[in-house]
Amino acid sequence: MNRLPRSVVAALAAVPAAALAVFFVWPFATIVSEALSGAAIRDTVTRRSTWEIVWFTSWQALLSTIVTIVIGLAPAAVVARFDFPGRGVLVGLLTAVFVLPTVVMGAAILALLPDALDRTVLAIVAAHVVFNLAVVVRLVGAMWELLPTDMEAAAATLGASRWRVFTDVSLPLIRPALTAAATVVFLFSFTSFGVIRVVGATGTRTIEVEVWRRATQLGDLGGAAVLTLLQLALLGVVVAWSTTLQRRHSRALGLRLRSPRRVPSGRSEQRVVTAIVVGTFAVVAAPLAALVIRSFSTPTGWSTAAWTDLGRTEIRPGLRVGVDPWNAVVNSLTTAVWATTFAVTIGALASLAIAAAGQAGRFLDAGLMLPLGTSAVTIGFGMLITFDVAPFDWRASWWLVPVGHALVAVPFVVRATLGVLRSVDPDLTAAAATLGASPTRAWYETVVPYLWRPLAAGAGLATAISLGEFGATSFLSRSGGETMPIAIERLLGRTGSILQAQGYALATMLAAVTVLVVVLTDRVQSFTRPTTSRRRG
Amino acid sequence: MRHHRSHRSFVGLAIASAVLAASCGSGDGSDEASSGDTVAVGAPPNEPRTVTSGDGVEDVSGVTLVTYDSFPEADTSLNDALDRFTAATGIDVQILVAGDTGTMLSKAALTAGNPEGDVMWGIDNSFLSRAIDDDIFEPYLVGGIENIPSELTELVPNGEATPVDFGDVCVNYDIGWFDDRGLEPPSTLDDLIDPAYAGTLVVQNPATSSPGLAFLLATIDEYGTDGWQAYWQALGDNGVEVVESWTQAYYERFTWAGGGPTPMVVSYGSSPPAEVIFADPARDDAPTGVIADTCFRQVEFAGVLRGTPATAEARQLVDFLAGADFQNELALNLFVYPANTTVELPQEFTDHAVVPDDPRSLDPVVIDENRSAWIDEWTELVLG
Repeated sequence: MNRLPRSVVAALAAVPAAALAVFFVWPFATIVSEALSGAAIRDTVTRRSTWEIVWFTSWQALLSTIVTIVIGLAPAAVVARFDFPGRGVLVGLLTAVFVLPTVVMGAAILALLPDALDRTVLAIVAAHVVFNLAVVVRLVGAMWELLPTDMEAAAATLGASRWRVFTDVSLPLIRPALTAAATVVFLFSFTSFGVIRVVGATGTRTIEVEVWRRATQLGDLGGAAVLTLLQLALLGVVVAWSTTLQRRHSRALGLRLRSPRRVPSGRSEQRVVTAIVVGTFAVVAAPLAALVIRSFSTPTGWSTAAWTDLGRTEIRPGLRVGVDPWNAVVNSLTTAVWATTFAVTIGALASLAIAAAGQAGRFLDAGLMLPLGTSAVTIGFGMLITFDVAPFDWRASWWLVPVGHALVAVPFVVRATLGVLRSVDPDLTAAAATLGASPTRAWYETVVPYLWRPLAAGAGLATAISLGEFGATSFLSRSGGETMPIAIERLLGRTGSILQAQGYALATMLAAVTVLVVVLTDRVQSFTRPTTSRRRG
Repeated sequence: MRHHRSHRSFVGLAIASAVLAASCGSGDGSDEASSGDTVAVGAPPNEPRTVTSGDGVEDVSGVTLVTYDSFPEADTSLNDALDRFTAATGIDVQILVAGDTGTMLSKAALTAGNPEGDVMWGIDNSFLSRAIDDDIFEPYLVGGIENIPSELTELVPNGEATPVDFGDVCVNYDIGWFDDRGLEPPSTLDDLIDPAYAGTLVVQNPATSSPGLAFLLATIDEYGTDGWQAYWQALGDNGVEVVESWTQAYYERFTWAGGGPTPMVVSYGSSPPAEVIFADPARDDAPTGVIADTCFRQVEFAGVLRGTPATAEARQLVDFLAGADFQNELALNLFVYPANTTVELPQEFTDHAVVPDDPRSLDPVVIDENRSAWIDEWTELVLG
């Protein structure tokens, strides 16, 4: 992998590095330097609640991550290894749950959990697990799918139990993807905002919630800046540790371009696969079913009005709600297309550069993760005071929202791609070079074909992230149309049964659009899969 | 595009005259204010605009209206009214949604002097003092100020912003729930701590919710800065439930709208008419009622943002926002009462809304000085 000429690596790295510098580092530095003061640091550090919040944020995130990984491994394996009816839909549903607005998801979680668990930390963890299952299944699954099956088969032939095969063969091989997924889930849980506010006990605060509260409700920007830095420092340590781990555990593997998925064979295997598939369906279908039901319910009974009136401009003669669901769908899709384009371009270039650049790549790798760990309100405010003078007068430009989404989505593209890239056997590139290919050509021919699968997985996640993104969208000033999550939030923020039911109808549409997008990306992905398979070993 | 230099003189004139108006008519009611008005209006709305952009070419001018996230961006009669403004003046209005009220204000404070837009809609009285301290507005006495009641205009004695609407945050109750039990709904704040109503009220966390804060302020108004703590202690003993947001309280916990267990919720005085107007199936009577004694008055303001390059257009827009045409559309779109007294309320409102005779209020300056401390104390007391 280190065979690419230095100049090519630098050229690859330039775009992602510049994007990160302009849209993250610069606004972040501007807002922090503007707001930070000695007094703010002193006040924050000496406030007892600061440390309680830091402690709570950390342990709930750790617990959420462990539970999500443990629960997510089984569906990841099944989705990667087996063909079964409804496989695409299952992945689509998982992703749809991932993008649900927290206000909607929270309601479902509260409805499903026994009353005794409502508003406990367990409710928070449950919500994080259901939300983030898709991250584990997609990131780990994307890697698992490319692993050669022969090692597992060999171990099984030699008499290893299924469990031994998993712990001794598969687990070490998927560790880079597992670390990547764990890092992302940890980042999401650590910076959790909506879940905490909706399902947590009242007054429960993560650092992210406290940053929002200080910056917007109390006007204490200094305190918010200190907390943002604290959050970033803590996450910086975690991200640095995880990128090191990922590098250490990466090894060259005989990756496969063709999916080795098969139909489960034998009774016990069929039973295990069925149990896992049904279980996963149940977990993700429950909140989605709750949505659909609520779009039909009113205080006085059942009604289809939310659906039949959807998109009708007038609710009563002369009375309009001002939320156009179809317009919101179009806005969301347009935004998602741009965000995905930005994220995939930046993410692909970044992964190639990181994989080829050695030590220096670690900085870019960790740097691109940072927006995930930075409070959305901080970045939103930073952009506001950074991009306010010509020629950078970009406040409220239409593309600022998709760029914000892309900042959040890039790490997913990188995580999905990098593990696979690092596993490409350097012998292949060497062989191509021996056969007379220039270094760049050799690399292009041997590395790039492995990119499509993880890039498609990354693109699917990026689209999903953009479709469901609420935080950054709500903190960036915007004009000219609401995305679906914003419109849902607005409908559910007003009194009246029609508005409530329409909010849930729109949430159902958001879930449906997401499933559709994910199923479609999977289709496209199978079309773009190269037909020439390089069989080795 | 925008014309930077030509309006600087108006800025100076406006500030000078607003200060003058304030110093001669400090809070004495609308007569002085309206006489100040004739002095302060630098660019009378109907005077032809002299657009002098750099190259002398007349451009299509436009203003940006910065507002909170519940303001409709398009497709309502409120937006139609703005279109009428554009048709009449040639000034295009772009709506820029900046977030909830707190977020909007924090953004405006950060960008004071180089604002995101030209006019802001929706700062309320609990944030007003912070907005004035942060110097986000350019004083302007709106044309037609005589149509706005003096108890609203005296909240802004220096004319920093214009009161444009008001509403109340009140405890709402589920009429059917109380009827079914043959129980009389409470009628005062004191009643809420009566054991007969144990476990029947859900409120929002004042640290994170604007109606939650308004209800806390209502209790501070009633029991004083030293007495509200004991009241909340009693509310807690009586099983008050606290949630983070209005949506959760109303749509998850309230018996009427959420199928929840709690028949009383902190919401708005205009929630009962909204329940009729947005009812499915249609209905004639409100399913919920309002306890007038619990109502806290929220007043919203609009103002010219300091540093706007389009002062004259911005002022014209503020005049329009406070004028009868636009004010007419407020009730059914934002579920607030128009500040302009020449506007008649729609039937649905007069039938189902309760406008308390003497709503509770606190001085914006007092709110701003104590908000943080009160919230901390409340958190310690109720959640701690």
